[in-house]
Amino acid sequence: MSAPVASRAAGTAPDAAKPLLSVRDLRKHFAIRGGILSRVVDKVHAVDGVSFDIKAGETLGVVGESGCGKSTTGRCILRLIEPSSGEVWFQDADVMKMDRNALQAMRRDMQIIFQDPYASLNPRLTIGAIIGEALIIHKLVKSRQAMEDRVVQLLETVGLRPDHMRRFPHEFSGGQRQRIGIARALAVEPKLLICDEPVSALDVSIQAQVINLLEDLQEQFGLTYLFIAHDLSVVEHISTRIAVMYLGRVVEIAPAAELYDTPLHPYSEALLSAVPIPDPTIKRKRIMLQGDVPNPIRPPSGCHFHTRCPIAKPDCATRVPELRESKPGHWVSCHYRG
Amino acid sequence: MALVSALALAVILFAVLAGPFIWRVPINEIDFAAKLQGPSWKHPLGTDDLGQDLLSRLIYGGRISIAVGFAAMVVAIFFGVLVGAIAGMSSGRVDAALMWVTDLFLSLPQLPLLLLVIYLFREPVKGVLGVEGGAFVLIVAVIGGTRWMSAARLVRAQFLSLREKEFVEAARALGASRLRQVTQHILPNALGPVIVVATIDVAAAIIAESTLSFLGLGFPSDVPTWGSVLRDAKDYLDIAPHWALFPGALIFITVLAINFIGDGLRDALDPRRVL
Repeated sequence: MSAPVASRAAGTAPDAAKPLLSVRDLRKHFAIRGGILSRVVDKVHAVDGVSFDIKAGETLGVVGESGCGKSTTGRCILRLIEPSSGEVWFQDADVMKMDRNALQAMRRDMQIIFQDPYASLNPRLTIGAIIGEALIIHKLVKSRQAMEDRVVQLLETVGLRPDHMRRFPHEFSGGQRQRIGIARALAVEPKLLICDEPVSALDVSIQAQVINLLEDLQEQFGLTYLFIAHDLSVVEHISTRIAVMYLGRVVEIAPAAELYDTPLHPYSEALLSAVPIPDPTIKRKRIMLQGDVPNPIRPPSGCHFHTRCPIAKPDCATRVPELRESKPGHWVSCHYRG
Repeated sequence: MALVSALALAVILFAVLAGPFIWRVPINEIDFAAKLQGPSWKHPLGTDDLGQDLLSRLIYGGRISIAVGFAAMVVAIFFGVLVGAIAGMSSGRVDAALMWVTDLFLSLPQLPLLLLVIYLFREPVKGVLGVEGGAFVLIVAVIGGTRWMSAARLVRAQFLSLREKEFVEAARALGASRLRQVTQHILPNALGPVIVVATIDVAAAIIAESTLSFLGLGFPSDVPTWGSVLRDAKDYLDIAPHWALFPGALIFITVLAINFIGDGLRDALDPRRVL
């Protein structure tokens, strides 16, 4: 299934400008060890052949249920987790083949915002030290004064006050902490920001604020986002294109509006039917999927989705569908749709 | 509680440090006419079987006992943090080997080991560092060397959980070196419980030194420590209870005070504390 995908630029037209980030057939299998000799008895197929492109300046939303490999994909791109196989091309450099120095340089261009704002800030450091750390590591400032000036500037960029610099993380609310996390990521002036469910842990009212901030920052600094979320309504607002993941694979990639209007993959359909519509006069059929997400240790054969798919046919259990371009820019991996 | 304890410990420290300049009775002035006396104006804490003044002996002994306690704690915590940090950061074989060594040390019967080590090395070390210095180094090494395991296990467990935390991952994403991750992010967050263990170690080391002295394996018998005074007193418990009471009480108060201070320190060093 993966070989043909790997040879093509999934999700972009062939004549499009060179993507900022290209992921090709990315896989991450976590080994499960057991027995007295702790041999590898099984593997969790967390990411099972993911390919996509992100162009400079756009936002690719990645959605899917818990455990479908969204966050692992994000971390593999940054090499916070070493992928088992696959390629990641960032600005024409192969991230997987980078040595330590190249990786260090790459970290200036690619940053990550974490899901849990309570776990992502060191409780023993002041906000100034947390944001300033990147400046020290990459030697971006010459003096202490320059560092403080830059930290103040970053705090103001994300809507916090300069005097917050001397405080500790526990003195802030979830939304404020997430802003601090964003300021930390912005300190190195990255080109690509991987947002790993940046608003999932926040109240709904705060979610909107943080998303608006992310949009403003994108405009201001020309950022490119890989925006991971499990909530389609959050992703719809911010994304240029959306990739839907299921059990470690991308099942559909399409421009945001198109995915919402005419989802092709039955899983995308089911996912979208769960999004509430703020208009009681509109009736929509809610597609309830049967059963749970299968265990990623032994994912179903053929199409991973066939065990829960409402339109599955017998051959879905044997043939792996490849991601193909059904309409221009709209890619889907299903034998019977699109 | 911590403040009262700090005050008590400060008084004891001041007494053992400045005491000899104020209470100028020599520690080994023998006066058989005044042996086994209870507290009096001449001998505020009484005298022992040789008529030696207990106050000055306990002041002098306190210096040794407390110095041994802190020095042994430093040795134990240093090795414990070192072993625990290396084990916690490396995974696989290094970790397994270090924990195997730790378990080995934990399962060794300590007292016979102490006896053996002291028996084997007392003479050579004495030759290099002199009688008292040699005994001090040997006792500190032996006590510290047999008490680092709990700190090591604790630090390893803390490292294992902390290194997966998102703020450490964030530091990695920023390109922080391994050393920087440890010194800036992991170790400071692992130290809270270590401080508590450290204070318990001070207390345990004081008691261990008392045990060694009690068994006659500590300092030379003419050098008073709280433990050795206690040992000498054991045969006279029925006729001179004050002799054992005072060193016992001093050990008790010091150990208790240090433990409470440890609790207080842990709370005080936690930035999450609400002021």
